[in-house]
Order: sequence, then C-alpha cells, then structure tokens
Amino acid sequence: MRAVTDSASGTDGAAGEGGTGVEDFIELDGVEKVFDVRRKVGFLRRERHQVRAVDSISFRVPRGEMVGYIGPNGAGKSTTIKMLTGILTPSAGRLRVAGVDPSRERTRLAQRIGVVFGQRTTLWWDLPLIDSYRLMHRMYRVPDARFRENLDRCVELLDLGELLDVPVRQLSLGQRMRGDIAAALLHDPEVLYLDEPTIGLDVISKAKVRGFLRDLNAERGTTVLLTTHDLTDIEQLCRRVMVIDHGRLLYDGALTGLHEVGESERTLVVDLEREVPPIELPGTRARTVRTQGPRQWLAFPATESAAPLVARIAAEYPLVDLSVREPDIEAVIAKMYADRSAV
Amino acid sequence: MAEDVAVAAPAEAAPGAGGRSGAEPWIPELSRGAVLWNGLRAYGLIVAMWTRSTMAYRASFAMMAFGNFAATAFDFVAILMMFSHIESLGGFSLSEVAFLYGTAGTAFGLAELVLGSMNRLGGRVRDGTLDTLLVRPVPVLAQVAADKFALRRLGRVLQGLLVLGYGLATLDLDWTVARVLLLPTMIVSGAAIFCAVFVVGGAFQFWAQDASEVQNAFTYGGNTLLQYPPSVFGRELVRGVTFVVPLAFANWIPALYIMGREVPLGLPQEVAFLPPVVAAVCCALAGLVWRTGLRAYRSTGS
Repeated sequence: MRAVTDSASGTDGAAGEGGTGVEDFIELDGVEKVFDVRRKVGFLRRERHQVRAVDSISFRVPRGEMVGYIGPNGAGKSTTIKMLTGILTPSAGRLRVAGVDPSRERTRLAQRIGVVFGQRTTLWWDLPLIDSYRLMHRMYRVPDARFRENLDRCVELLDLGELLDVPVRQLSLGQRMRGDIAAALLHDPEVLYLDEPTIGLDVISKAKVRGFLRDLNAERGTTVLLTTHDLTDIEQLCRRVMVIDHGRLLYDGALTGLHEVGESERTLVVDLEREVPPIELPGTRARTVRTQGPRQWLAFPATESAAPLVARIAAEYPLVDLSVREPDIEAVIAKMYADRSAV
Repeated sequence: MAEDVAVAAPAEAAPGAGGRSGAEPWIPELSRGAVLWNGLRAYGLIVAMWTRSTMAYRASFAMMAFGNFAATAFDFVAILMMFSHIESLGGFSLSEVAFLYGTAGTAFGLAELVLGSMNRLGGRVRDGTLDTLLVRPVPVLAQVAADKFALRRLGRVLQGLLVLGYGLATLDLDWTVARVLLLPTMIVSGAAIFCAVFVVGGAFQFWAQDASEVQNAFTYGGNTLLQYPPSVFGRELVRGVTFVVPLAFANWIPALYIMGREVPLGLPQEVAFLPPVVAAVCCALAGLVWRTGLRAYRSTGS
C-alpha cells in the first residue's frame, strides 16, 4: 500500500488514495475547548468564568470530501478550525488529522494542510503578491517544477496574472481572497480549511472562488472544510453540512436532510378570483399564514405532499393560480438555532 | 483532564505514525535539532525577502539608514556637549565613556537589527494575525523576529562602532591577549543578552498585549543605561542590572575590566570573563519563556 501511495501522491494523489478505500482523514472524538475568561469587576478584582466554545464535538471526514461547517457568530466554528490546524490545543477529547495530533505536530502538519482565513490574510501585506508566493515556495520546500505548475494553474484559474506584481495592500477584497486561496494551495495540501472564504465578496468573485474550489476537490481530491455564513456556498459546493451552535453539533448530514430535522414548512401561494375569508382545510396540517386581497399564503410541513391540498382548494375555492415555495434553508437553520436556545 | 490527553497521546502515536500512508515525498521529518536549523533558515528567507524589497528603493533606503544613523549620532553629541563643561563623569573621562557607549551601542544595535520586530507581537496577538504564522511549517519565533526586517537599523550599529573606534583611539589601554579577545566576545555576548531581553519582552506580549512599552524600557532603556558609567547610578540599580536582569554583563563588567578599572559591586575581576556564560543562560531562559508564552496563547487563543 505504501508503494502505491508514494508513487501516486505526486501528480494524482487522489486517484492513488482512491484505491485504499474510505479513509477518515479528519477525526474528532468528544473534542472540547474551554476558555477561561477573566472579567474586570472593580479595581484589580477579576471574576473568572469558563466559556465552553466547543462542547464535545465528534465527527469524521473521509479523504476527498467537501464539508460545509455553519453556525452563527460565536458558535465555535473558528475555534474548531483553529484546533484542526493545531493553533489551539483542545481542552479534552481526541483529534487527529492525517493520523497525527495537530497541536503536537503543528509545524509538520503545516506541510500537509492549507488554511484560508477570510478575515485576515496570510500574505505579506506590504509586498507584491509574487514575493509572498516565492517565500512560500522556499518555506514549504516545494520542488521547483511542482511550484511552477501549481502557481501557473492558480494564476490561470483564479485570474491572478495581472495582480502578481501588485502589493497585497492594494488588492481589492476579492482579489486578495483569490491570492490567499492560491497561497494556501502552492504546496499541494491534502486538506484545505477555509474560514469564511466568500465573506464580503461580490457575486462574480464568489462564483469564481466556488468554481475553483469545486474543481480542486473534483480533480485533485483535496479534502475541503469550509465555514461560511453564505448558505449558497454550501448549496453549490457541499453535499454534507454540519451545523454548530453554542459549541455543539446540531446536525451532520446531507443538506437536503436539514428540512426534516428542522421541521421546516413549505408555502403554498394561492391566487383566488376574489377576496375571501382565510382558507380553512380541516383535517390537514395546512394553515393560512397571510392574506393580501385575493392572494393567500398557506404553510404546511415540508415532508408532506402538496397534491391533496391543491385538490381540496381547487374543489372548495375559486382557484386561479398557485405556486409552491420551498423552505428557505436560512429560515430552517435560524429555526434550529432558536429551538436550541430555548432548551 | 487536559493532562490526561497529553500523556496518552505519545503511547498511541507510534502505531498511528507507522500506519500512515499519505506522507508527501518531499516533507522532511523534523528532528528536534532540525527545528533550530529550520528556524534559522526561515529567518534567513524572510530577511532576504525584506532586504530585497527594501533594496528596490535604494535612495529611500539610503535616506532611512542615514536618518537612523543621524538620530543615534545626536545622542552621542549630547554627551560631547556635556563633556565640554565637565572634565569627568562619575570619575570617567570622555574616552572611557565613549568606549562604554560604543560597546553598548554596537551590541544593542546588533540585537535590534536581528530582533527589533519583536515588539510588534502584541499587535499581532490583538488583531489575530498571529494565527497565520502558526499554520506555517516554520517556528513562530523566526517569523515574528524576521517580520519587516529593517536593514536601516545598521545605522545604529555603525554609529556604535564609530564611537567605539573613537574611544579605542584615544584611550591608552594596556592590551593583554585576554583583553583583546574579550572585546569581540563581549560585543557578541552583549548582543545575545539583549536578544534574550527582546525575546522575553516579546513573549510577555502573549499575556499582556500592550507590554511592548515594558519591553522598550528594558531594551532601549537598558542600552541608554549601559552607555554611562555605573558610578553615576545608585548602587541598587547597579545590583539590579547585575543580578536580576544581567545587562551589566553585556557591557559594564567586561568593559571596565578591559579599561583596567574596578569591576562594580566589589565583584572579583574574573567575572569579566562570564559574559558568554551569562548570554547562554539568558538565551536558554528566553527560549523557555517564549515557549511558555506560545503555549499559553495556544491554550487561550488570546
């Protein structure tokens, strides 16, 4: 097995790994991170209390998967990423990336991971983009040919050609983000962590970044874990999504499955011939949530079929037109957070 | 609880490492000794990059370096003016003060050239950019130290050397082999002692992000202190910089010996040869403090 991976990992690592079956690249078992927070209460007196930023999280990510990690601000997303990269040491639990403990082997693992922090750059602010790349080349000891190949690829796909000689501080947010993503990939990392990679980007930049990540995952088999606020990122990139809030994992599974867990509702928008009192359909779980002239909105559980409702409305009311609205994923997740907070 | 995890890890690391298959061919296995080399190499790489970028604007570099030189030069002009009114300062002649000033200035200038960026660590902790250094495969200390490396700081070294040259030229010293050898040794050891102070001062910023001023008090303040003879300061202060923060070994003690003066605090003459030992101990302690600080940061994240 070793011979296979060694010879294959150079150019088509993903294909080589494919033969070894599903391998859990990232493993977390009951990982916790507790911060001691000291607050000033009066002169010199400090009050200590503990904040559980990550509370007993367990999950596994096989090699080559692309996972979305979402949650509101302060949910523990960034803390998780920091533990995965070895920046932070977990307070408890077991954490392995590529078989090693990131906090103990941080500098060695750094050769095998790429990190993009959306909010801050890993590039050298005052220097031209190409200088940062050249330094990365030497710092990560990437063979020259490999470096050239990776750089050319990133420059082409991320449209960096004209930016290479521009000092990083003069780049726009979208340009800088693309520059950062390239910087994280020059050493062929096996896993790429992205913390809010599309934050503050315009529509075109977002599309470009998403397209690039999708290709990267498909062609090179790079494992990708990304946190985001923008659910479109997840919808377009990830089949699997993890939802975290208050440091706990609320959901881990397919994006579509979120609807069932979140008890979300679909909406039937009904246009009638004239204004009538709110529609009532006894014996069904649909209820009218809003009326406006001849138009009415009925909510019903996302898991139920709309057909019987449509049939009954058509039979009992002067129906002109109707449409079904799928639940808003954002609303589903917001409901999830709200339910969680109520507990 | 965290202790348990730490203890348990090495036991299971062995089979885990053996069974791992995905190691990229060019990733070196770093032994503990290689970490130091790796750090120095990274320091060199970053310094080279900053130097290259500064040299792109030669005129601007020349002006900055001259400004740096001039600013420190005025510092010595103040001493010259003082001596136009007095014959001696604390029993020391102008030439002797120049010797003290030159050795301290050169040693400190070298340390500042190498580690002058350490006081930016607090800012990096505050704005979170320290994290970007922690995900790279080279030691954080090397990255922080080399960040924004400023070759113009050579101006201070140059000024120190000039004042030292003036001191040496005008002093009539009794040069023995020991004294000749001690002079470069004391400058290198002094630079190392100041480097240790820079590192400790930097490490304190892991706990207190605004501690760079405290660091400045010990580095820049210490340098200014050593430029004057110990006899002008109170005995307690001299004790402090001998036994607590051993800056006296960077300059005073060996310099007074070379000039054939009494070593302060009634210490035996032989202590003049201790600077390399003191420097080694200081650097080891500084390394320890740095590691502790980094560990504290990695457990609190702030």
